[in-house]
Amino acid sequence: MSKAPPLLQIKNLRRLMIGPLSLDVDSGDCLCISGPSGSGKSQLLRAIADLDPHEGESFLEGVASNELAANEWRARVGLLPPESCWWLPRAIDHFHDGVPIPLDHIGLSGAILEQPVSRLSSGEKQRLALMRLLSNLPRVLLLDEPTANLDPENTRRVEAVIAEYRRSHDAAVVWVSHDGDQVRRVANQHYVIAEGSLQQREIEGSQWLR
Amino acid sequence: MVTLTITDLVIAAVLVGLLALLSLRLQTGISVQLLVAAARTAIQLSLIGLLLKVLFANVHLGWVSLMAVFMLLVAGREVMARQERRFKGWWGYAVGTFSMFLSSFTVTVFALVVILGDSPWYTPQYAIPLLGMLLGNTMNGISISMDRLTHAAWEQRSVIEARLMLGERWDEAISEIRRQAIRSGMIPIINAMAAAGIISLPGMMTGQILAGAAPVDAVKYQILIMFLITAGTGLGTMAAVTIGAKHLFDKRQRLCLDRLRELP
Repeated sequence: MSKAPPLLQIKNLRRLMIGPLSLDVDSGDCLCISGPSGSGKSQLLRAIADLDPHEGESFLEGVASNELAANEWRARVGLLPPESCWWLPRAIDHFHDGVPIPLDHIGLSGAILEQPVSRLSSGEKQRLALMRLLSNLPRVLLLDEPTANLDPENTRRVEAVIAEYRRSHDAAVVWVSHDGDQVRRVANQHYVIAEGSLQQREIEGSQWLR
Repeated sequence: MVTLTITDLVIAAVLVGLLALLSLRLQTGISVQLLVAAARTAIQLSLIGLLLKVLFANVHLGWVSLMAVFMLLVAGREVMARQERRFKGWWGYAVGTFSMFLSSFTVTVFALVVILGDSPWYTPQYAIPLLGMLLGNTMNGISISMDRLTHAAWEQRSVIEARLMLGERWDEAISEIRRQAIRSGMIPIINAMAAAGIISLPGMMTGQILAGAAPVDAVKYQILIMFLITAGTGLGTMAAVTIGAKHLFDKRQRLCLDRLRELP
């Protein structure tokens, strides 16, 4: 029996100063990427989501991104940018199919959905943006510092929600994080990006659970 | 009808000259500009008058077409110049010019053939003024809407990209901006129609009446022109915004703001 292809496979990806780099992420994996600012972490995630022109090829379960319409690829390989963006008056207006997870799991009350987005804090918007992304049911989550604006308690809540989604949907997560403790809590693989290439690091004391 | 003499025009020019002197005294810094613009009006209109005289005397589709293409190319340049963040390269010129060609020429030919029905249909006395009115007005609509489209795409790039990240198609991601751009291009002509006859007496109608036409005839022509202009502006604006919006994205539905010119 031939082995199933990895959930997300990246081959010889090049974008500006990044690459060429290759990466396999299996379903259930959570891969953390760290590196100084300006090292190209966000560029890498944008290239995987096919938002910027790049060389190389990405595959989802063996299917090349070019074989899918770009919007279908992005719906399945969902990117959460560091700053969330809202274009309709209320948060609820951005959810077509309802909110996928009860909001108290991420420390929010349901009433927040009805408030004008302009009155929400950046931490509230960041958590709602994660909910909005998950409501698309992506197979791969590309998370660019998803807990940057959160206090420790809500950071833990968000980590738990992401882990739960990864397990229940057999998804893979690529997570940009600066926080060594967070890497130990959430990741089973850790890479550092430097001078355009990825170097794997051991995670001492990983608390990752499949 | 009172025929104007050169002396009549000179007297009117004296008024502009006095205004220029007054501006000089008030140090507004526009005296020279004012005089240059006035001179351009006199020279350009005299030339076009002579040209039309020749054209009317030699009714030939070739000459009419040549004149029409010349007018189109000049209008296209004007549309391009009025957009701050236009597309780079030949696209910046082509989008507006093609849209004006599509709308103004179609509507003009339609009006000449179906509505006016003179023989031959390209009789320059009708064809050139009609096309001129249409080009002048679609030019406004197209340049306003394209300026709005490219500005909004630049300013709202994070919104457009956020929508792309959530799996929306390019046309969904830019739908609001596209709608607003089309609206802003059409608002002036809608306002002009609403105000016509109450707040403003349209220039063409006024001109016809001054030239001795019966008011009711002049009004009928003005209504015709207003409707043609509206159709032309609407079509041209929609064409330009649709083509422009599509060109803001590449084949992989990525927002390509590098296709727009940097602000000078």
